[in-house]
Amino acid sequence: MIPAPFDYVRPSTLNDAVTALREADEEGKVLAGGQSLMPLLRLRLAYPEVLIDVSGLPELRGVRDDGDSIVVGAMATHYEVMRDPLVQAHAPLLAAATSTVADPAVRHRGTFGGSLAHADPAGDLPAVVLTMDGLFVTSAREIPARDFFADYLTSALEPDEILLGVRLPKTYTGWGFHYEKFHRTAQAWAVVGVACLVRRTDGEIAHARIGLTNMGSTPVRAYAVETAVADGPASREAFQSAARDAPDGTNPPSDLHGSAEYRRHLAQVLTARALATAAGV
Amino acid sequence: MPHVSVDVDGVRYEDEVEARLLLTHYLRDRLGKVGTPIGCDTSNCGACTVLMDGLSVKSCSVLAVQADGHEITTVEGLGDGQDLHPMQRAFHEEHALQCGYCTPGMIMAALDLLRDNADPSDEEIRAGLEGNLCRCTGYQNIVRAVRRAADGMRQAERPEEARS
Repeated sequence: MIPAPFDYVRPSTLNDAVTALREADEEGKVLAGGQSLMPLLRLRLAYPEVLIDVSGLPELRGVRDDGDSIVVGAMATHYEVMRDPLVQAHAPLLAAATSTVADPAVRHRGTFGGSLAHADPAGDLPAVVLTMDGLFVTSAREIPARDFFADYLTSALEPDEILLGVRLPKTYTGWGFHYEKFHRTAQAWAVVGVACLVRRTDGEIAHARIGLTNMGSTPVRAYAVETAVADGPASREAFQSAARDAPDGTNPPSDLHGSAEYRRHLAQVLTARALATAAGV
Repeated sequence: MPHVSVDVDGVRYEDEVEARLLLTHYLRDRLGKVGTPIGCDTSNCGACTVLMDGLSVKSCSVLAVQADGHEITTVEGLGDGQDLHPMQRAFHEEHALQCGYCTPGMIMAALDLLRDNADPSDEEIRAGLEGNLCRCTGYQNIVRAVRRAADGMRQAERPEEARS
C-alpha cells in the first residue's frame, strides 16, 4: 500500500531536528533507517504529519571509544554494529544479537537506535542493552536502560526528544557471552530470546547477567537465575537447575506464535543453553 | 515537493517527488524500471531488493527521498544489453526459478552476498538469502545457481589460478 501523505524534513543540526519535532506538536515521527516505521506507514498503522529524517545529524553516527565505555551512535546500522571493531572487542554480545536481527537487506538500513526507540519487546537489542546496563544518551538527558523501556512499543523518550546513542560500559569486556534466540522461520521475530554474560573464575561462575526478550511488555532481567548461578559450578546441570527460575517475575504474552505457558518453558530451556554457551561448557 | 538527485543504473535523475513515494514506486512508475517487482507489503519477501551504494535494500522500505544523493542498481543495470551478468546466466543455467517473480530480488541479494563472501558454503548462501522468499523452487536450484555464479566470478577474476 501507499502511505498516507506526510511532510518530510532532513535537518542538518540537532537543534533544527528538535525544533522540527517540537513544532510538529506530537504529530512528528523520527525517521532513522525506517525498517520498522516504513511497514507501519505502508499498512497505515501509523500516519504522522511529518517525518524528521535524522540521517544528516553527525552526533548520531558511528561507534566511538570513550575511556571506560564505548558509545554506539543511534544511526549506526545493524550492518555497521556487527562489524565494528570496538563493538566486537567490548560488546560482542551486541554484535552476536545484532547478527540475528531480520535479514541482510534490513540490517543494511535498520539502525541500532531506531530498533531501541521502537521498543518492541520482541526486538533483540533491548534485552542486550538492558543486560549490559547501557546508558541512553538523548538530546535532553541520560536515561539508564532499566528506565528506558516503559511499556509495549513505548520508550521513555518525550515527543521532542531524540536518541543520540547508547553508552555501553567496558565492564563486561572479556566475559563469556551468548544470545540464544528461538524463532520458527528465517527472519522472524524472537518467540523468546536470552541475552547472557558470564564471568568465570576457576571453573565457577563468578557473575552472570541475563536479559530476556519477549517475556513481557519490556525486556526483563532474570535476577533469580543470576543469583542462583553466582559462585556455583559452571556445569550444564547447575545451569539447568538455576534456569528453572527464568520465568520468575515475567509476564509473557500469548499470541499466535506461542502461549504464555510455552514462552515460560522456552525461557527455562533457552536460559540454560545461553548460560552453557556463554560459559563454554 | 522534495527534490531528489539519484543515480539509477548509471544514469543521473533529477526529480520532484512526493515525500511518501516509495523507492520501488519511483523506480517502476517514474523511471519505468519494472524489472524490480513488488511482492508484499510487509518487508518480508525481498522481491523488490536493489543495491543502494552497493548494499542490498528492500526498495519498498526506502522512501525515494531517502535515496537522494545515492546510487541505486536494479536488476536492469546488470547486463550490458548483449550478455547477461554471470549471476543472471547462472540462474538461467541452473533453472533457479519457476514463476520468476522472486528472481530479480534473489539475484540482487545474491550479488550482495558475494560482495561480502566470494566463496560461500551452501549454508552461508541460505543465510545470505534469508530475506528473500521463493514459493516455487524449494531454493535448491537457487543455491546451486549462486554457487555456480560464485565459482565463475572468482575464476573470471583470477584466470591464472583457475587454470593451475
